[in-house]
Amino acid sequence: MLNINFIHPDGRHERIDARAGESAMMAATRHGIAAIVAECGGNAMCATCHVYVGDDWLGRLPAIGDEEDALLDGTAAERLTNSRLSCRIRIAADLDGLVLHLPERQI
Amino acid sequence: MSVLTESGLRAADASVPGLDVDPFAIEFFDDPYPAHARLRDAGPLVYLDKWSVYGVARYAEVHAVLNDPMTFCSSRGVGLSDFAKEEPWRPQSIILEADPPAHTRARAVLSHVLSPTAMKHLRDRFAAAAAAKVDELLARKSFDAIADLAEAYPMSVFPDALGLKAEGREHLLPYAGLVFNAFGPPNQLRQDAIERSAPHQAYVAEQCQRENLAPGGFGACIHARVDSGDITAEEAPLLVRSLLSAGIDTTVNGLGAAIYCLARFPEQLARLRRDPSLARNAFEEAVRFESPVQTFFRTTTREVELGGHRIGEGEKVLMFLGSANRDPRRWDNPDDYDITRRASGHVGFGSGIHMCVGQLVARLEGETFLSALARKVASIDITGPVKRRYNNTLRGLENLPITITAA
Ligand code: HEM
Ligand code: FES
Repeated sequence: MLNINFIHPDGRHERIDARAGESAMMAATRHGIAAIVAECGGNAMCATCHVYVGDDWLGRLPAIGDEEDALLDGTAAERLTNSRLSCRIRIAADLDGLVLHLPERQI
Repeated sequence: MSVLTESGLRAADASVPGLDVDPFAIEFFDDPYPAHARLRDAGPLVYLDKWSVYGVARYAEVHAVLNDPMTFCSSRGVGLSDFAKEEPWRPQSIILEADPPAHTRARAVLSHVLSPTAMKHLRDRFAAAAAAKVDELLARKSFDAIADLAEAYPMSVFPDALGLKAEGREHLLPYAGLVFNAFGPPNQLRQDAIERSAPHQAYVAEQCQRENLAPGGFGACIHARVDSGDITAEEAPLLVRSLLSAGIDTTVNGLGAAIYCLARFPEQLARLRRDPSLARNAFEEAVRFESPVQTFFRTTTREVELGGHRIGEGEKVLMFLGSANRDPRRWDNPDDYDITRRASGHVGFGSGIHMCVGQLVARLEGETFLSALARKVASIDITGPVKRRYNNTLRGLENLPITITAA
């Protein structure tokens, strides 16, 4: 079992398990992490699964695609250089321990 | 309840509970909730003797079936009719009734046409139309919330967004009613709908053609993708048809559901008035609570285990979306309409690769209307008999007489 560490805006840590092959969004919603709204269910239509990726991890993720890029321009909380959509992050062994910071708001 | 596959193998073990529930009967539509509970409690997988199909009514199994499209396919039809055995009543949809990789290509086109960016351009227009409609209804005070609100508002924004001509729009709701009845079994509702379908089908076929769609609308944007080589000239009208089939009656019933909820749960209307930013979630929760699209089918492409039972290839499985959305195994107090509930994850728009591609349009209509209502309306009272509208797939009302007062 792999792990993802979510860090809430108030600094609270939440460590959840994730399955290889599922998206970080899927793992988060399965564990009831309310800050990942994921209105569109991972269909890349809503940007309500926005996360800020922890410093050490950003370089290990695949590059942002055009679709994700356009959606990130419409996030409710400010887009930063480490902004990603958690439904586009596919969990694999090399992402075990991934750190994702949750934004203040998604809508 | 022994089910035999062509090879003569027993497709179902006898432990799959068989129920005599007919989910397409008028009595069922009048009050589906006790039957939903029976279906859920009977087991994770049930067999519906009346139509010889499997059914899943719990959230977990509905979600699982929706998210395994290669095993539970759509290309053999998402209604009772199996396209491998029966000719579809109309040319098959190239998105709803398709599997990957064909589905992926068609889906990409509609996702783009109905994207968040496209919604940004529509938002102000939809919000202004919603505010004007609420003002007009406040002046009338008493009216039918179905015809005068739930139908009138989407009809005032969606056909224009699509780029339809002004003439002939009266065919849109009957056509959609027909499409959603046709997913059902060959009962009276389906037969009557198909019998009367010719003029509506002729209208729709005509409006899907490129020359009949105004520039800048969803329809023209779909046809433009022929020029870039993403779809063929034969496919474009079929994708426009998908929007004509699925884009109006669904939101009519979604908005109708929201008004009916707010009328029955006045404390929720009060909360919405205190915080109009809850409008989007109030709509989402109404879609969960009433599930305007109640059911869809899938067909198995292989022998598979579902809910602890093995079922054979070529079996129809009926997914009870409305029941999943009220499954107490998934939801706290599922029968409460709660506009602050974390409603996302409901399957009212489906889930997985076929999850409603028009969901942003639906939410935009719902949010803009409820937000105008939150700012302008103080109370909603039901003032006469509430009458249900019967359809094999859509859940909604025929009449909802209400009186509203200004804030
Ligand atoms: C409250 C309103 C709506 C509800 C409840 C709703 C519900 C659904 C559901 C449950 C599905 C999944 C079908 C399946 O899994 O087989 C779906 C798909 C679809 N919807 Fe909606 N819908 C709504 C509004 C709209 C609107 C406004 C449009 C068009 C602008 C639209 C167009 C479509 C299309 C084209 C599909 C097929 C998508 C695919 O197969 O990939 N819907 N809808
Ligand atoms: S869940 Fe909607 S974009 Fe990620």
